[in-house]
Amino acid sequence: MNYLDSSIIKNAYQLYGLVTLRVLIGWHFLYEGVSKIINPYWSSAAYLLDSKGPFSGLAETIVSNPTLLSISDYVNMWGLAIVGASLMLGLLCRYTALIGMGFVILYYLFAPPLLGLEYSKPGEGSYIIVNKNLIEACALWVIHSFHSSHVIGLDRFLSNPKSN
Amino acid sequence: MSNNTSEEKRINLKRRELLKGLATVPIFGLFLVNLWKKIRRDALKKANLLSDLVQEKSVPTIISGLSDSRHLNIGIIGYGGRGSHLIRGAGFATKGWTDIVSENARNNKLDKQFETFMTQENLNCSLIGVCDLFDVRANQGIDASKNEIRPGGKPKTTAIRYQHYTDLLENQDIDAVIVATPDHWHSRITIDAARAGKHVYCEKGLTRTFDEAIKVYNTVKNTGITFQLGHQNRQVEANYKAKQIIEQGLLGKINLVELATNRNSPWGAWVWGIHPEGNAKTIDWDTFQEPSPNKIPFGEEALKRFFRWRCWFDYGTGLSGDLLSHDFDAINQIMDLGIPKYASSTGGVYYYKDGRDVPDVWNATFEYPDKDLTVLYSATLSSNDPRGNRIMGHDATMQMGGQSGGGSVHGFVVKADPESTQYKERLESGIINQQYPIYTYSPGSKQIDGVTSATSRYFANKGLLYTYREGKRVDPTHLHVKDWLDSIRNNDQPKCNIEVALHEAVACHMATESYFQGRRIEWDPVNKKLI
Repeated sequence: MNYLDSSIIKNAYQLYGLVTLRVLIGWHFLYEGVSKIINPYWSSAAYLLDSKGPFSGLAETIVSNPTLLSISDYVNMWGLAIVGASLMLGLLCRYTALIGMGFVILYYLFAPPLLGLEYSKPGEGSYIIVNKNLIEACALWVIHSFHSSHVIGLDRFLSNPKSN
Repeated sequence: MSNNTSEEKRINLKRRELLKGLATVPIFGLFLVNLWKKIRRDALKKANLLSDLVQEKSVPTIISGLSDSRHLNIGIIGYGGRGSHLIRGAGFATKGWTDIVSENARNNKLDKQFETFMTQENLNCSLIGVCDLFDVRANQGIDASKNEIRPGGKPKTTAIRYQHYTDLLENQDIDAVIVATPDHWHSRITIDAARAGKHVYCEKGLTRTFDEAIKVYNTVKNTGITFQLGHQNRQVEANYKAKQIIEQGLLGKINLVELATNRNSPWGAWVWGIHPEGNAKTIDWDTFQEPSPNKIPFGEEALKRFFRWRCWFDYGTGLSGDLLSHDFDAINQIMDLGIPKYASSTGGVYYYKDGRDVPDVWNATFEYPDKDLTVLYSATLSSNDPRGNRIMGHDATMQMGGQSGGGSVHGFVVKADPESTQYKERLESGIINQQYPIYTYSPGSKQIDGVTSATSRYFANKGLLYTYREGKRVDPTHLHVKDWLDSIRNNDQPKCNIEVALHEAVACHMATESYFQGRRIEWDPVNKKLI
């Protein structure tokens, strides 16, 4: 056994831990997405307008262009919901975990909790450099690396049963 | 037997396979159940609030197309800061201005000033006459009239400069004039213009004195011209919505309205720059001070007074005509208050001891005994604490952003009163949560919603979406000028016509008079006199 083979899960405790983590993150993503879909007034504009740091220029470009803003809104709403459902059900998780990671890393980069950056919208915690987005991104990295959905999840039906 | 066992094993394995594959599906189901519950709960909440709260959601639309019917020639008398903004509202800006704002737009993608101007409706008018007592500004007016960078393209004509407003009024080609001079000139120009058959857009406050206001009112009524007072708040959607909510009785009985002005900068206190080119040659000082009660020779003091005229009662009425007038007109628009029965005011020059005689802290009260209502106005020019305006009812309070330098709220929020009778049951049952507004209106967002989300509260407080109303920002000044021009074409009454203009003027003059006389002033509606 190659000790670098990350797809190997050694025991049930590890497996349940990983599945729980995956399902909880999925739940979080799915509700974030659905709550935006069902709110006809939601827009990513507020978040983008408050953007600071390296990506604030890009945020401005998106906000100032109605087409880009509308794309950003749809990608966020449906992207989050799809990633969330996929993580919960364990379907195509290897890919959606990566996409989800991309989402949260972008949220982190658009509003990084760096020293000296002040945001008008108060955060729900206290952070320096590390915030919950960064942690969730890392958790998704773990989800992506260990294929728990091939054991528990719909991916089981898509993968070769002998490998499990 | 062994066959049976292996078959059972196979089935068991298959079942286990299936169970493992679908293990998380019940959690997905749990999510859906909870989501359904949440949606139903919100819908119930909304239904309970909104069925009462909002009977009609539409906001006033901008009717375009009326401008095509008849081309109008306009003249501007007083092309200063406000005058130039009004002329921009009509579709003409100086080259200097379009250069600066287009450059700003290039440097900052969120700066929509240029786009807002260029996407204004072409009002089908020409600026053909400019009158200003300061050469620099008169020339700027001419420049604006011929600048090709404008909505609608190349202007048809270049304006002529007139030294005196009476010369401008003699031009038979001019249909209508915008009067944006200091207040002490408003009445004479408006009356002369009306007599010359010109339609008038006059900046607020209507006049410098009460007597002048009555004369203007009578002349406008007698001549039948189309008159618009420069309160662009009449075009602001939030005020329409607020009116609707109050008319539906959602605030309950209203006994107190608080209006506030909060400014804390020299600019906000009218300490404006003295133009470097302003001198005896470029400024017609004698004409400027002709209608003012006190006269001084041209010099350093005169220069100060020319550019900072709002600081002296010789030319205006200070906080009264400049800022109270805005808030009073807005509340009159929302609540149809009319002229108060009594007014009293106090204040003083407490911060800007720079030679001015208008107070910089000033408080006025207006009594409406027939409406069981007091309107309080409180102004300071030395604190920026955004108090905003509040309409306080027995059942709920409406907190609005101030019309003039006040209020962190853009639009308004309505919060139920804990002792409300109308909302008693809903408060007790928790349908109305006191922490959250029962109604939020943020201009620029589509947020007309009884259930206030964190996002909408954020928008309401920051007014961020004001820039993005249906992807387009509209300047209320443009709408107000358009309203006036459309009314001229339709022989109609504009939104801030002479009737409501008189309400504003009399209320403000009552308060000013009270300050001078140190006593309560009463309005005699029969004889149109102050007692």
